[in-house]
Amino acid sequence: MSTTTAPDRFAARPGGPPLAVLGAGHVGPVIARLAIKAGYPVAIATSGDPEDIALITELVIPGAQPRWAADAVADADIVVLAMPLHRFLDVDSGLLDGKLAVDAMNYWPASDGVLAAFEDGGSSEIVARRLAGSTVVKALNHIGYHELEDRARPAGAPDRRAAGVAGSDPAAVATIAGLVDAMGYDPVGLGRLRAGRVLQPGGPVFGAVLTRPEFELAVGEEARSLT
Amino acid sequence: MTYTFGLDTFGDRNSDAGGTPLSHAQTIRNVAEEGVFAEQAGVDFFGIGEHHTEYFPMPAGDVVLAAIAARTEKIRLGSAVTVLSSDDPVRVFQRYATLNAISGGRAEVILGRGSSIESFPLFGYDLADYEELFEEKATLFAELLKGGPVTWEGKTRPPLLNQDVVPHLESGPFPAWIGVGGNPQSVIRAARLGFSLALAIIGGPPARFASYSQLFRRALEKFGRPPLPVLVHSPGHIAATDEQAKAEFWPHWRDIIALMAAERGFAIPTDESFDRETGPDGALYVGSPETVAQKIAANLRALEADRFDLKYGMPGLTHDQIMTNIELYGRQVIPRVRELLS
Repeated sequence: MSTTTAPDRFAARPGGPPLAVLGAGHVGPVIARLAIKAGYPVAIATSGDPEDIALITELVIPGAQPRWAADAVADADIVVLAMPLHRFLDVDSGLLDGKLAVDAMNYWPASDGVLAAFEDGGSSEIVARRLAGSTVVKALNHIGYHELEDRARPAGAPDRRAAGVAGSDPAAVATIAGLVDAMGYDPVGLGRLRAGRVLQPGGPVFGAVLTRPEFELAVGEEARSLT
Repeated sequence: MTYTFGLDTFGDRNSDAGGTPLSHAQTIRNVAEEGVFAEQAGVDFFGIGEHHTEYFPMPAGDVVLAAIAARTEKIRLGSAVTVLSSDDPVRVFQRYATLNAISGGRAEVILGRGSSIESFPLFGYDLADYEELFEEKATLFAELLKGGPVTWEGKTRPPLLNQDVVPHLESGPFPAWIGVGGNPQSVIRAARLGFSLALAIIGGPPARFASYSQLFRRALEKFGRPPLPVLVHSPGHIAATDEQAKAEFWPHWRDIIALMAAERGFAIPTDESFDRETGPDGALYVGSPETVAQKIAANLRALEADRFDLKYGMPGLTHDQIMTNIELYGRQVIPRVRELLS
């Protein structure tokens, strides 16, 4: 359930707002585990029957609920897109209406092939255009899935690393910054979704795991030039 | 529990002692020597991974395996991995069934969906189709392994109608594995189709894959299949001391990962990341025989795995450094791991 009155519609609540993670491949389970550890209620879904991922959920993502995508999304405030980008094109664009969508996907032709729909512009901006009824924030896409858990640290740890959060809606960015912080990273807000292009493959922080000063140095000028 | 130990190579291009790269042809001849020597050193399995690049010139590993088969008696020989998505499962089956015939039943195959993706454009496949390609082709490969006429229809190759595929297998299916890099749905697929599970662990703490072994075993039960083995494949390098092994391996590791970083999304290695990966909780088995043996034993236990394959070599290492690595692995590391696990 979500209301539509800004700006506190994404406000935190005890235990954190409910999360739906769409995708149970490389990335989805890692994000789901970190969110569960951070205290968020988490449902996970693929394009298919939740029965197909029941065993994966039990053993690899304990604490998450396997559900049909439509049910998981309906009960969530935050929906994490963690499927391969070409599978996103099959998602019903109205499914996420009224939700805060975290785009953790990447357009990465060298690795995943060319997708005509994503050839022109920042991939999250294209995602946002397809999800016209949702608020889209780009986050959790630029640290490799095999490192995301290993490098997570609580607030104040000397070796804590930074993670970018890009979006044009300040309340939504603040909510996802809170999620990223609770998951173990220093959130660095980028004030427009378009500025999230610095988090993409080929950008200055993609694949790198940087401290906050290193991160700010790396994205600084490019973020400013885009915003 | 019986453990087995393998060595895998991607045909990493060797250099001479002065750092000049050897030819692709010489590198391939060296790989054949390494496979023969692996048997002499007491290694159970020798695997060759398919690659199509300047620094991994190894597109036809099965041909090299056949050369090794002709000069060995006991060592098992296989791919590590075959990029099945961009190959024809019928041809892969025929090549490895032929290797199985030549070697007197010593062939194996590890099938991969393709994390090294250079074969897709080379053979005209679209990377966006990689999931469908692998699912269909792995399903067909499982049918071919059963022996007997095959009937199959899909989207990725022409249909087969009651097709007799030769050569016939002498004594049932040869061992076949699916290589998995971190996608739990791939673990389920291996169990569903009846393949053994090969976990490729190339970064981060290996213990995080323990739940994948459990997932595989539970999924086998769910699909009503008998237990099947789990293997762990990880990179490494062994020399007389930790310091020497790290000094030999590090510059080549750094260079190759930096080269592949853009394409594969790897972080560029730093001194700090290398120390972490070569430490007790990292994925690289680089060090003295004792250091590497302790780490293999600990992770075989933690992951409840039956086999460990060391991916040895790195573009730029010399053939001599690699032969020393193989000798230390076979004569010291493997006996020591067996002792630690007994």
